[in-house]
Amino acid sequence: MKASPEGVLTGAHYLDGDHACAEGALAAGCRFFAGYPITPSTEIAERIARRFPKVGGVFIQMEDEMASMAAILGAAWGGVKAMTCTSGPGFSLMMENIGLGIMMEVPCVVANVQRGGPSTGLPTMVGQQDMMQARWGSHGDYGIIALSPNSPQECFDRTIQAFNLSEQYRLPVFVMMDECVGHMTEKVVIPEPDAIEVVPRRLSPLPPGEYLPYAANGDKVPDMVTAGEGYRIHTTGLTHDERGYPDMTAEAQDKLVRRLRAKIDDNAEKIYDHECKRLDDADVVVVSYGITSRVARAAIDAALDDGLRVGEIRLITVWPFPAELIRDLAANTKAFVVPEINLGQMVLEVERAAAGAARTIPVTHAGGWVHDPQTIYDAIREGLRGNAAPRKSARKPRKEKQP
Amino acid sequence: MIDFEKYLRIKKFPLIWCAGCGNGIVLKGMLGAIDRIGLDKNKITVVSGIGCSSRATGYVDFNTLHTTHGRAIAFATGVKFANPDLTVLVVTGDGDATAIGGNHFIHAARRNIDITVILYNNWIYGMTGGQVSPTTPHGMRATTAPFGNPEGSFDISRLAIAAGASFVARGSVTSPVKLSQYIEKGIRKKGFALIEAFTPCPTAFGRQNKMGKALDNLEWIKERTIDVKKADALSPEELEDKLVTGILVDVEKSEYTDLYAKLVESVRDIPVDLHIPEREVVPASIAVAGGEEL
Ligand SMILES: Cc1ncc(C[n+]2csc(CCOP(=O)(O)OP(=O)(O)O)c2C)c(N)n1
Ligand code: SF4
Repeated sequence: MKASPEGVLTGAHYLDGDHACAEGALAAGCRFFAGYPITPSTEIAERIARRFPKVGGVFIQMEDEMASMAAILGAAWGGVKAMTCTSGPGFSLMMENIGLGIMMEVPCVVANVQRGGPSTGLPTMVGQQDMMQARWGSHGDYGIIALSPNSPQECFDRTIQAFNLSEQYRLPVFVMMDECVGHMTEKVVIPEPDAIEVVPRRLSPLPPGEYLPYAANGDKVPDMVTAGEGYRIHTTGLTHDERGYPDMTAEAQDKLVRRLRAKIDDNAEKIYDHECKRLDDADVVVVSYGITSRVARAAIDAALDDGLRVGEIRLITVWPFPAELIRDLAANTKAFVVPEINLGQMVLEVERAAAGAARTIPVTHAGGWVHDPQTIYDAIREGLRGNAAPRKSARKPRKEKQP
Repeated sequence: MIDFEKYLRIKKFPLIWCAGCGNGIVLKGMLGAIDRIGLDKNKITVVSGIGCSSRATGYVDFNTLHTTHGRAIAFATGVKFANPDLTVLVVTGDGDATAIGGNHFIHAARRNIDITVILYNNWIYGMTGGQVSPTTPHGMRATTAPFGNPEGSFDISRLAIAAGASFVARGSVTSPVKLSQYIEKGIRKKGFALIEAFTPCPTAFGRQNKMGKALDNLEWIKERTIDVKKADALSPEELEDKLVTGILVDVEKSEYTDLYAKLVESVRDIPVDLHIPEREVVPASIAVAGGEEL
């Protein structure tokens, strides 16, 4: 389906990532937003507050993030595309109803513009420390989808992609931005509406009486219906059967939770999105995402200038994580270098997938600023030594300069 | 005679509720109200939180949503906005709506959004076995107030009135006809409506407080309730331990989804400035001194 022209600001703009994310939501057909202000995500809400009434959409500032997340689930259940945005402290509060969204299988989007944590941390400064929280933050087992844009243009594009994935797989999808990407201003090109592909709600063709709300199709995802159209279904956060009724048994739990996991795992090949460069003969592969993928550029270019064989993987879908890709590369690669603005989160996935076949080198940063590219360059050099013991004289990562 | 079965998912029976529980009477009052108004079953959405009372959504044949503890009203806010033509009801308990969900409760009342909240007040956390609730009267026992509740309790209806609800009524399962009438009036009201229903929980509240058999639990409620018309004649001292029932507020005010629709209409043809001014960045010195939370 093509985007509705009403919400699409076709043209070339000069926007920051937050504003671009808001425009992406409009283009994707989002018409309900509920949120609570928090730096550095607030501009998304502010732009939507101005834009939505013009297209008949609803913007509501809720009393907190628990309410925001609950309200978008309610609106999405009522048949409207819905989103919220937040940053670390709010993301923590949303986790409860993110779990409800997973259990009820409600399509919606949550943009998290990451700042430094834990707790209130560095409200106005960058972090990438919620990556594992995005994967495991709500209790219980489930599959999840999270995207990581690295530019304002991508904040637009990936927000549309997030809505599309959420409709396709029926779950809350995260756009894991960061303060740098959210606040950097660049050219953003918004295409013509008929060049924007949007996935509509997957509505059941079955009539009331035959329709079972949680009977999955071949892709392990059930179809939806719209409230008010005669289906009168029950849906609950309790473990339920295909009719949606509570079923408090280990058998029902096993069937449901395995499907919630499998609907992502089994479709992962279709969901994955990453940019790969020079992987064929790489000695060292840099794996990065978000703003860090742009900082790593400088280090990689310098290494290439030195004649080193450096490959690149930029994760766009951070979850599900492309473990097979890493596993296959590990056999012919000396090391993976993983810079991220946290003390080592996605690197754990790389390490798990590499399973000892290649070395994994984290390049950590506690947040507040981006890496000094030199630290990434040094790690690439270190990686060329492969699994050999690190040199005693190996340089310690340099202390970061403050902006 | 109302055919209640047509509103029930009989296949889901028996109910999980204990013998002597008042929840069924409140539920029956809701179904009676829906029947008298003549609402189309397809156009009713009932949202509930978590608790014994909140399990009601599983048994009624409407669009039903059993959500998370305390969040039903926030969830219902989204449902209502997505489809303002639906009649949106919330079934909740005293703990669900005024402890964990207290913030959502007062803010929905403040917004005056067209949702009817039927709050089953049994003065206790029933589902989890009798812990103290924000409405447990001072001095009464709960598993987590084994020596008597040292705290004071909420007057939920007054809370809703103060927050801005346009309809507030308090009834009791001991007067089921009136209770059902209040629910009917609340549903008919365009705006935030609260019907606080006193209902006995002999299992988790009555037993701990040595209130006797199920019927004695009802007596306990009867002794404490007094109709608002009679209450008007009494002094504050005489009313001290009384629970005033009746229609406590019924006013006309602008409703939120209507106001929002008007807002949409009013901005349709005017240009909107998309430039959002750069906010003042807090100087690092202030931030370090802890002067500012962002
Ligand atoms: C976040 C969360 N905290 C705690 C619980 C446990 N819990 C379930 S029901 C309940 C209390 C319900 O009491 P009330 O709302 O008064 O309803 P009742 O059971 O008395 O009808 C609690 C604390 C929960 N389900 N979720
Ligand atoms: S525990 Fe109390 S509220 Fe719950 S079903 Fe039993 S009597 Fe009713």
